[in-house]
Amino acid sequence: LQNPEIAANWVNCLIRIRDHRDESAFIEVFQHFAPRVKSFLMKSGADAALAEECVQEVMATVWHKARLFDPERASVSTWIFTIARNKKIDVLRKHKRPEPEDLPWGPEAEPDQAEVLGLQQESEHLSVAIAALPDTQRELIEKAYYGDLSHSEIAAQTGLPLGTIKSRIRLALERLRRSMETS
Amino acid sequence: MTQDINHHLTDDLIMAYSAGILPEAVNLIVATHISLCDECRAAVESHDALGGAVIENTEAVEVSEACLSGALDLIRNGAWSAPETPVYKDDPVLPAPLRDYVGGSLDDVNWRPVGMGVKQAILPTEDGEATARLLFIPAGTAIPDHGHKGMELTLVLKGAFSDDDGYFARGDIEVAHEDVHHTPVADISEDCICLAVTDAPLQFKGLIPRLAQPFLKI
Ligand SMILES: [Zn+2]
Ligand SMILES: [Zn+2]
Repeated sequence: LQNPEIAANWVNCLIRIRDHRDESAFIEVFQHFAPRVKSFLMKSGADAALAEECVQEVMATVWHKARLFDPERASVSTWIFTIARNKKIDVLRKHKRPEPEDLPWGPEAEPDQAEVLGLQQESEHLSVAIAALPDTQRELIEKAYYGDLSHSEIAAQTGLPLGTIKSRIRLALERLRRSMETS
Repeated sequence: MTQDINHHLTDDLIMAYSAGILPEAVNLIVATHISLCDECRAAVESHDALGGAVIENTEAVEVSEACLSGALDLIRNGAWSAPETPVYKDDPVLPAPLRDYVGGSLDDVNWRPVGMGVKQAILPTEDGEATARLLFIPAGTAIPDHGHKGMELTLVLKGAFSDDDGYFARGDIEVAHEDVHHTPVADISEDCICLAVTDAPLQFKGLIPRLAQPFLKI
């Protein structure tokens, strides 16, 4: 199911969008990510109609901001996640997200292909590692990203003490880091 | 870019910032710390990668045909206008996220005196869930002994302060919870400017600080 070439293919689509305004590349990206972004927004509290409205804007942002995508620092799914997350804050929490100051880039260098491939492969490994987590740990991480749940709210929902939740999340993150190192 | 920063964001804050579940004022202080700290920037970006992997693993839900044609309309019609955000010139004290909130540089901050030479400027946030303020503390001045009903985050932008938890200089962030009771004192060598974020009123001890509290608007 998972394959390092998949992530590289999404990078390719983004470059076709950026350099050639290629609609077929856009449709390919849309068909894979729109249903996932919709799911993310609905699990974050949007109804289906609002979620689709946001999906349109998220995907249009992908098209219009393609030149800002940096394949040395993020996979396409990571980049789309950050756009969807910011849309969620804007629409559901009703404020703009303050962004950190941009790093001072030197004169624009061509991305290093080995760096790009390395990062895209690591992103795939991360996906595989998440899928392999025990259910309880995976669900907690998903709740943190989807469910608008703070650690203490997660504790209230599951009846588990807060300390346990925190150490579970930390444990899950450590397991992820370790599986990234060995893969 | 990163100098010697010794006090960083907590894992909880990093995850919650990445997940997009923090009040606006807390997002602001996290974004400002990250602007000064490459270590926490990397931690946030790796949590963003986790968010990307979560999205990648989520079950897909059906999207209507109208959604795709609507998106195609948006990309074809150029009905898109990126929101015009003014870019303010660099400031040696205020990183970009704070320049956006004060609408310029340190000279544009609308300071209000709150007593003992201390000045503050409350920064406008829309959700009202937490309060962000810039604090100006003259060299050698102590902020009255106080406890917290909630979380208090303090990020040093200029000068330094110390309290029971240590010494905090530019870029350092102190994360004080309910149980912390402290008297931060600004370093004697230089006036101190901090960004402070609170999600509940501070509790001051003693008469004069209690009188001062209404002026602090916390
Ligand atoms: Zn840091
Ligand atoms: Zn305090």
